[in-house]
Amino acid sequence: MRLNYILSDLGIGLKRNLSMTIAVVVTIWVSLSLFGSALLAREQVDLMKGNWYDKIQISVFLCTKDSGGRGCSGAEVTQEQKNRIQQVIQTNPDTAPDGVFSESKKEAFESFKKLYKDSPIVSTVTEDQMQESFRVKLRDPTRYQNLVSAVAGLPGVDTVQDLRQYLDPLFKALNGLQVGALISAGLLLVAALMQISNTIRLAAYARRREIGIMRLVGASNFYIQLPFLLEAVLAALIGAIFACGTLWVGVYFVVMQRAQETFRVWQWVGATETFRATLIMVVVGLVLAVIPTFLTTRKYLKV
Amino acid sequence: MIRFENVSKTYEGQSKAALLNVNVEIEKGEFVFLVGTSGSGKSTFLRLVLREHRTTRGHIMVAGKDLNRLASWRIPQMRRQIGTVFQDFRLLPNKTVAENVAFALQVIGKPRAHIRKTVPEVLELVGLDGKEDRMPDELSGGEQQRVAIARAFVNRPMILIADEPTGNLDPGTSVGIMKLLDRINRTGTTVVMATHDVSIVDQMRKRVIELENGHVVRDESRGVYGYQH
Repeated sequence: MRLNYILSDLGIGLKRNLSMTIAVVVTIWVSLSLFGSALLAREQVDLMKGNWYDKIQISVFLCTKDSGGRGCSGAEVTQEQKNRIQQVIQTNPDTAPDGVFSESKKEAFESFKKLYKDSPIVSTVTEDQMQESFRVKLRDPTRYQNLVSAVAGLPGVDTVQDLRQYLDPLFKALNGLQVGALISAGLLLVAALMQISNTIRLAAYARRREIGIMRLVGASNFYIQLPFLLEAVLAALIGAIFACGTLWVGVYFVVMQRAQETFRVWQWVGATETFRATLIMVVVGLVLAVIPTFLTTRKYLKV
Repeated sequence: MIRFENVSKTYEGQSKAALLNVNVEIEKGEFVFLVGTSGSGKSTFLRLVLREHRTTRGHIMVAGKDLNRLASWRIPQMRRQIGTVFQDFRLLPNKTVAENVAFALQVIGKPRAHIRKTVPEVLELVGLDGKEDRMPDELSGGEQQRVAIARAFVNRPMILIADEPTGNLDPGTSVGIMKLLDRINRTGTTVVMATHDVSIVDQMRKRVIELENGHVVRDESRGVYGYQH
């Protein structure tokens, strides 16, 4: 096989089809960027879930004089009520062994002061205004409903807070984002496939004289297909590289520079996840370019 | 070299057969004229030899191989043993004479040293030495056809197929082309030429196969173009 002829063919082909090639590159670029973002969004959801489900606990807040919960009667929770509540929690099958911690007003006040140490609000709050609570760890963080309903409404229980109630909408939103990105990426990739086969049809038409003679003198099918394959692979690679660059820029400016600074508590996707996503993007881009090229060239270069 | 055994060909979507029960045997080194009116089946005959189409019925043997049984990936190999020349030359307009001839060798992966040696040889054989660097549109029709013959012959095929090679040329130029084809035939290459050119067929006195409506109606060694009508 004579590489220089093939390469010169490739150059001529790319030049002749420049606008179509650019269209293919741009489409692949955008679609792979979306695809990569969807991959990263999924990684992010997994990271957050792992992060939070680990620490997830149900907080059972007990009544104070001022609380208006269902189990409160306008008075502080009594020791008797506390014992009863603790017993209900401990005997519940979903509670993790040794999974119950009691937080006193003093402890609550300490962590409040820590959390808001720079805020003027600390000086206006007294220890007495804090709520006592039980913090419960679960055997299986996804099974929280049972315990919540068992405890809610017991005398002395003000409110039962479950972190999942707050996290699930967030995860749902992220999942929705991910599905949306995947669907648009899929549509764009379909468009890219069609553009590629269209480009090849045009290129095959433009080179029909050469192809006719090649077939006549017995050039192998692979030899005839190769310039088209290389053209498609090159376009896909350029598109994929742009998409990878876009993803890195996005991760750097949006996640590393912004989100990570603003929401330090959360774990964010980083270089490892981005690298993994870009690898998948390049492979997907190449596969999606090679398959339609093979099919279209087979169709238009029929021996 | 080429054998047709009860070959029929009906193109898709057509009721009338382009070839019907054709039995022909062409020996190695023969020179054969294929004559007949337009639509008589000459082009179909040549296309079937090149395996551009499959037969509807019957078998075609080329160089001992049954074309119907040839796997499609081996067709290119088979075609390397057949050179083809057309009425309209089919040169690449953006390549010089030498590049056009070299192209046929490049695309089948011949080494560059071989190409550098063979192309001038074959250009000399067809009488185009000194015109290697001309572009096709700078040449006369006869010269362009010589380039096409050089391209068809440069890989030393066993068979040369010529589909009306003189159809676009004036009589004087045609004689030159026929002399060239005759010289190629004398090197042992089997030549099959479809033509309408009465005077050429009558002058050469070679084997003539006449087709009419897809049938072989005449097969004469040392024949002439037609009966006296």
